[in-house]
Amino acid sequence: MSVLLRVVACGSVDDGKSTLIGRLLVETDSVPLDTLEQAKFSREAGSTIPLGEIDYSLLTDGLQAEREQGITIDVAYRQFELPSGKRVIVADAPGHEQYTRNMAVAASRSDLAILLIDAARGVSKQTHRHLTVCALMGVKDVVFAINKLDVLGYDKDAFDRIVDQATVTANRMGVERITAVPVSALNGVNVTARSSQTPWYLGPTVLEALVAFEPVTANVETRLPVQMVLRTEQSRVYAGTLVSGAVHLDDEIMVASSGAKSRVIKIHTPQGIAENAYAGTAIGLELKDQVDVTRGDLLTPVKYPAKPADRFAADVVWLGESPLVHGRSYLLISGPLQVPATILTLRHKLDVETGAHEAARVLHMNDVGAVELATDRPVALDPYDLSRDTGGFVLVDRLTADTVAAGMVKHAMRRSFNVVPHIYQIDRGARAQQKAQKAKVIWLTGLPGSGKSTIANEAERKLHSLGLHTYVLDGDNLRTGLNKDLGFTPEDRAENVRRVGEVARLLFDAGLIVLVALVSPFRADREKVRTLFEPGDFVEIYVSTPVEVCQQRDPKGLYKKAAAGSLPNLTGVGQGYEEPSAPELVLRGDGDLSDEADQLVRAVLGEP
Amino acid sequence: MLDALESEAIAIFREAAAAFRSPVLLYSIGKDSSVLLHVALKAFAPAPLPFPILHIDTGWKFREMITFRDRIASTLGLELIVGQNEAAIAEGVNPFTHGAQEHTRLLKTLPLRNTLDKGGFDAAIGGARRDEERSRAKERIFSLREEGHRWEPRNQRPELWRSPNTKLVEGQTMRVFPLSDWTEIDIWRYIRREKIEIVDLYFARRRPVVEKDGALLMVDDDRMPIAKGDVIQTKSVRFRTLGCYPLTAAIESTASTLDELIAEMEQTKLSERAGRLIDGSRSESMETKKQEGYF
Repeated sequence: MSVLLRVVACGSVDDGKSTLIGRLLVETDSVPLDTLEQAKFSREAGSTIPLGEIDYSLLTDGLQAEREQGITIDVAYRQFELPSGKRVIVADAPGHEQYTRNMAVAASRSDLAILLIDAARGVSKQTHRHLTVCALMGVKDVVFAINKLDVLGYDKDAFDRIVDQATVTANRMGVERITAVPVSALNGVNVTARSSQTPWYLGPTVLEALVAFEPVTANVETRLPVQMVLRTEQSRVYAGTLVSGAVHLDDEIMVASSGAKSRVIKIHTPQGIAENAYAGTAIGLELKDQVDVTRGDLLTPVKYPAKPADRFAADVVWLGESPLVHGRSYLLISGPLQVPATILTLRHKLDVETGAHEAARVLHMNDVGAVELATDRPVALDPYDLSRDTGGFVLVDRLTADTVAAGMVKHAMRRSFNVVPHIYQIDRGARAQQKAQKAKVIWLTGLPGSGKSTIANEAERKLHSLGLHTYVLDGDNLRTGLNKDLGFTPEDRAENVRRVGEVARLLFDAGLIVLVALVSPFRADREKVRTLFEPGDFVEIYVSTPVEVCQQRDPKGLYKKAAAGSLPNLTGVGQGYEEPSAPELVLRGDGDLSDEADQLVRAVLGEP
Repeated sequence: MLDALESEAIAIFREAAAAFRSPVLLYSIGKDSSVLLHVALKAFAPAPLPFPILHIDTGWKFREMITFRDRIASTLGLELIVGQNEAAIAEGVNPFTHGAQEHTRLLKTLPLRNTLDKGGFDAAIGGARRDEERSRAKERIFSLREEGHRWEPRNQRPELWRSPNTKLVEGQTMRVFPLSDWTEIDIWRYIRREKIEIVDLYFARRRPVVEKDGALLMVDDDRMPIAKGDVIQTKSVRFRTLGCYPLTAAIESTASTLDELIAEMEQTKLSERAGRLIDGSRSESMETKKQEGYF
């Protein structure tokens, strides 16, 4: 039996959470007398609680800064002891805006959640949010405190109705075990003592529900993440906390990263040398053989190894001020393991209030999403469902050192090992040679209405008449098919440019001369496309046209719409355009476009 | 219970030792520091303690504390660094005429910051607990300090699982609190179980005291100003926390052994810091001090 029970308290100030926690502390005799006196006889401005009664918020609201502003900044930890001697640590995550973030932190180590529901309001969006985050963070046991039942006259039917609704929701979200208690935190009903107000209720009080809690231990294999190697003249001791399972003398163990095997010849525990050690204990192992073990390695039984992988599917809760950036390298930290990792794709965003999956290309603070990520080297991570300690990780911004995300591994992706590009014998050179031409990508960038499409059209006509094989990728045309799911935010524009770049490469591989007419306003996006090609194969052309000319031309009526306010993201109006810093060619779009098309053709043919 | 807390603390020590370039253990000679040191030695056994210990000496500590400190350091073969604001001590800064707050700022907070800077320490490991005071309930185990050791409550890193973010950028340092989840009674029970030696001032003995503003202060040396009406009495007293003697109130007690003391503790219903005169003025004073770089 575990002696430490970690509980996350979910609910806002309005739900009566401070009162409930405060009452649990006071009624388990966990508050010192002088602190209690203070809570009875000192008052913050605006308090309506009569002097002499306990203002529970004074026991639970921690910081001067937040009391002054009437907000709560962060997770607070408070403890009390159960009659059994078991210690309860309550992680209290208040706050409205940053709720998901704080709750994820508070729930990350919790065994059980106390979830407050205001009886008058019933199961709300917020209840859904709490349950989603609990399930996501691996909290599968929930005690519902249906609070403020005094307002409804301790009505049994009202209680039953809320419990039915909450249970359905909880089960759908993946919460497995539920206890529901009718409560009035204010009047102390069923918090620590039973009340004559609810004679119809035969279940446990909130405190009794905590006492009765027994963790369901998943069948987990032995895992020892190595924190450091302790060296003496005689020995090398691999030190770390056994996060699951057990170690016995003479066990055969394996180093996950290398597969090297050895036997345990000595076990150091805080109580001295021992023959066995169990989960939760900080230990040190000495091994029979000289094996290479460093900080961050994982020791496992040979029979139940952890397989290293370099691609993982994971859920992430975004914690950072700046949003998730595709393709950026973060530092992944899981226990003592630290490894650079890149987010490859964002599969979807989770609506924490409905549980629905939404397409998304960016995650902001408090967003939850499913991602695929790649680590710089193979590492042994377990599914979070099996092991929180070896399946949970944080992502750290490598520049600011801020913690930007909490992640839960769903599974390693074996797929990454299976995808090996097949080498075909007919290659791009062969295909182009058959067409008697050199394949090229001509990328025209510039403001809307600058003349890109007109120039591309004219140039293709001329190239075609010379017997060359061409294709034009036009941004607007592609948005009616391949890219019709994309909008005009910077993130969507990045994805638009990436897709067009990939298509251009396929056509280029087919041996074609590819003309791309695409606003592609951001330098970084265009530079990324350039990296797909060898130097000389990609020609960036800037169609430079004064914005007034573009506005006057306005072939598609876009500038008019922007002026009317119905097109907020139009490049050159609502969004900026970043000129190429070193284009291969600059064409002027305000003169005779036919001359410019001739210039383009000469560039394709390699003529001066 | 104690085993679980002990293993958690050891894991935190090991993480700090492995992740930081140059950690130091802040040793204040009190009961929490004694436990902290004991757990630290276990964390790295059979290897020796991989970092020095640091004491900030205000010059106003109980004399017994200093004797105890030097004996422990030499018995255990520890590298002891003593930090002091020599200029302020030479100027005669003291708690009587400068007041508790100035005394703390000049003789504790400033020399702590200076000693950490001078030694190039990027992590300072201390014995603070979350149950000590309500602003501590939000303290992280790995608590980030910005340039100048400033604690920004709004800019603390979320802590998940056992995966602390120990990365620092230029100017940042870390304070690390392995005993965060311990309570006062845990400390005492652990001291009893592990037979940890502590300063004798924690036990009730007959000691010379004067009563000032309702608090019993021990006359530890002749720097204590004795006003006309003051009477030096000999009373059976002990200390619940130890600091500078003019700022640490004694409580009347007959608990002269650890068992008696724990029994008395289990009865007591006053918070630990009730005996610390520096916290009395405002309930926010701990938070304010922390923002200035106090522990």
